[in-house]
Amino acid sequence: MFWLQYAAPQRLYALAGRIYPLAFVLAAVLTAVGLYLGFWVAPADFQQGQAYRIIFVHVPVSWMSMLIYVAMAFWALLGLSFKTRVSGMMTQALAPTGALCCFLSLWTGALWGKPMWGAWWVWDARLTSELILLFLYLGYIALTRAIDDPRRADRAGAVVALVGVVNVPIIYFSVKWWNTLHQGASVSLTKSPSMAAIMLWAMLVMTLAFWAYAVGMAFYRVRQTILEREQDAAWVGELKEIAP
Amino acid sequence: MSWNSWEEFWDMGGYAVFVWGSYSVVFAGVALELWLAMRRRSAVLGSLRRNREDAQLGDPT
Repeated sequence: MFWLQYAAPQRLYALAGRIYPLAFVLAAVLTAVGLYLGFWVAPADFQQGQAYRIIFVHVPVSWMSMLIYVAMAFWALLGLSFKTRVSGMMTQALAPTGALCCFLSLWTGALWGKPMWGAWWVWDARLTSELILLFLYLGYIALTRAIDDPRRADRAGAVVALVGVVNVPIIYFSVKWWNTLHQGASVSLTKSPSMAAIMLWAMLVMTLAFWAYAVGMAFYRVRQTILEREQDAAWVGELKEIAP
Repeated sequence: MSWNSWEEFWDMGGYAVFVWGSYSVVFAGVALELWLAMRRRSAVLGSLRRNREDAQLGDPT
């Protein structure tokens, strides 16, 4: 399989160096377009007035907080199954961005909840399971940093990532399974979106922007992990950024 | 949507604290993450360069 060649850290380092600038540029362009659509083209909501505009960051960061965890579980599974060295590096590279998105989801949710529900926080299934996701991210980061041996850190982290991924469908379906204060999905795969097309477009563009940002960030970060772990390898000493 | 004035835009229909409180923290979080990642890159590259110079100094040839 062609992508297996990138299981070599040296190849991944070079590939990541080509991907991250493109991803960051894409993220910046999409953010500009998304904010323009969200603030200047989309009208005020008939029920929530202007406050609903929080949706254009709240939904993207919330989706990314779940998607990044699933991506981490995917790499963890690959790492445990095939013992590829780069899997653990990718899992670790994704975690801080996932944790940030998760925190931002809770933060923007609180700032949306206060004017609409009258409360910053309620112990509802959606909010509580998202808070658990934040603890999973922080637990993963703390655990992998506490273990000095990279292989053991990767293995232990992979177990956390895989066990914790059961929480993701719980978050996603929480608004269906329980009677929550949090509103149901505005967009789902099974029915047409319950929001105006322009609002939906702004939200999707912003989601793509955060996705591109997460990709860029993960590939940017993984390069440093590769350098740290491979510092004694000959190819690292020959890199132009190290050998002038 | 056309805003009648910048004041109206910044006011966000009275929800300014909530809307701008969301967006400012999101952008601050992203900026902080980028800054930390760039700082780590220069730290890693710096330590690799130092190791390389030390190795060359200690090289008996």
